[in-house]
Amino acid sequence: MSEAAPSREVARRVLAAEFNDARYTFTESDDERAPVYSLLPTGERANRVFVVGTLTETEDLGDDAEYWRGRIVDPTGTFFTYAGQYQPDAAATLRETETPVYAAVVGKPSTYETEEGDVNVSLRPESITVVDDATRDRWVVEAAERTLERIQAFDGASAGAPAGEDAAVAGEYAAMAETQYAPDLAVYRDRAVAALEGLEDEPQVAAEA
Amino acid sequence: MTDLRQHAAEITEQFSDSLDVDADDVEGRLETLVDDYSVPLEEARRSVVSTYLDEADMDRDTLAGGTSEATDVADIDAPEEWLEVTAKVVELWEPNADSIAQVGLIGDETGTVKFTKWAKSDLPELEEGTVYRLDSVVTDEYEGRFSVTLNSATTIEALDTDLEVGDDTTEIEGALVDIQSGSGLIKRCPDDDCTRVLQNGRCSEHGEVDGEFDLRIKGVLDDGREVQEVIFDQDATEELTGITLEAAQEMAKDALDTEVVVEEMAETVLGRYYRVTGPSLGRYVLADDVETRGAPVDHESVLIKARSL
Repeated sequence: MSEAAPSREVARRVLAAEFNDARYTFTESDDERAPVYSLLPTGERANRVFVVGTLTETEDLGDDAEYWRGRIVDPTGTFFTYAGQYQPDAAATLRETETPVYAAVVGKPSTYETEEGDVNVSLRPESITVVDDATRDRWVVEAAERTLERIQAFDGASAGAPAGEDAAVAGEYAAMAETQYAPDLAVYRDRAVAALEGLEDEPQVAAEA
Repeated sequence: MTDLRQHAAEITEQFSDSLDVDADDVEGRLETLVDDYSVPLEEARRSVVSTYLDEADMDRDTLAGGTSEATDVADIDAPEEWLEVTAKVVELWEPNADSIAQVGLIGDETGTVKFTKWAKSDLPELEEGTVYRLDSVVTDEYEGRFSVTLNSATTIEALDTDLEVGDDTTEIEGALVDIQSGSGLIKRCPDDDCTRVLQNGRCSEHGEVDGEFDLRIKGVLDDGREVQEVIFDQDATEELTGITLEAAQEMAKDALDTEVVVEEMAETVLGRYYRVTGPSLGRYVLADDVETRGAPVDHESVLIKARSL
């Protein structure tokens, strides 16, 4: 048997409004292959995310080689995802898919600094697949719930209340987020609430509720 | 004691009856492989043991147990370990080769594991429903699934007790975020009791063979907190993707490429939510039962929680 494979990074659930605010990235070690994490304002690190939304637009921005951009919209904002020669499957999906459709993306957060000095956050896809509305609704609820859980943990960490290892680890990224962003968490809570309320207005969900 | 030293001591102990082996010598050999050639420790150990087996003109099966530890079935998590297990014979299967005397499933309170008893080991018959203490069995691993082998060094003692065989079924839920290589339409070695997956038409044990087609998906379920690797066998894969083995072979034939099958499967299953139940087998959960998770029904409670924040 070969040596144990390095553990796979979990795919965080994060709404677009928060994802696009996650401009700060860091690594946990000096190893050049150490994973790069983006710091979520609600106090969690993300090396990979899973998002589901409406793929509204695709465009080939490439000159010689193909370089596709997809806009994936959730109830709080837009994820920008870019796929070129190193993401051939994702690029093919963007090329061949007729918008609008619901799409699921597994990918890595990626940041770059513009000439004006702004930091743009985008999503480098590992896979893009077309999914149904049930999957999309499930994701919205899940992403909203995880956002709220992070906010709760953040508040707990800053109050210094809960003990235990998990709280300490969660507290580490909450502290980092506090330093880097000084976030107004109420904004992210309100966005999550609005996303959930949006689902209520959709007839097929209302019927089940 | 260092890891190498520990392994060296165990190997020395294993050969103490048949060879004049020096622990420093064993450690030196391990060190060369591990440090100089970057061979993983388990592989290095196997290689060093093989060297001494040759020297002693012995079979791996006749090798004495050395350190045989009493272990729970659920804790079996590495190949080539010498263990003592106390377990009940749950099922006996029909051996599909003359070299196998008995094959089946044994279990204790913590779970079940496949066992194989070789014909040449000349051991007493095991009976279904009886609890045995099995000392010096050797573990084996195949695609993340572990089994134990009863060999001529194994001692079998029937116990006059009963035990409740544990259920090691787990239930996991999450989004399918990745399909690993070795998924889709694959070929397995047709050799009796081998079934290894072929790489470029070759079996790592039996060389170039005419493989038999099979379907499977090795996937990753991710709930946003942790990841779990899952194996979908042919039945589960057909049900999950709607692609039968026959259809997959047709697709591959038309495209002159087996990769089209896994690509098609990825489009159907990646990014969807599933609940999977089945036994844990090493790193993997084997998907016995798969349920697609559709629209959420509980967003109301999340909303109430959100508003209270």
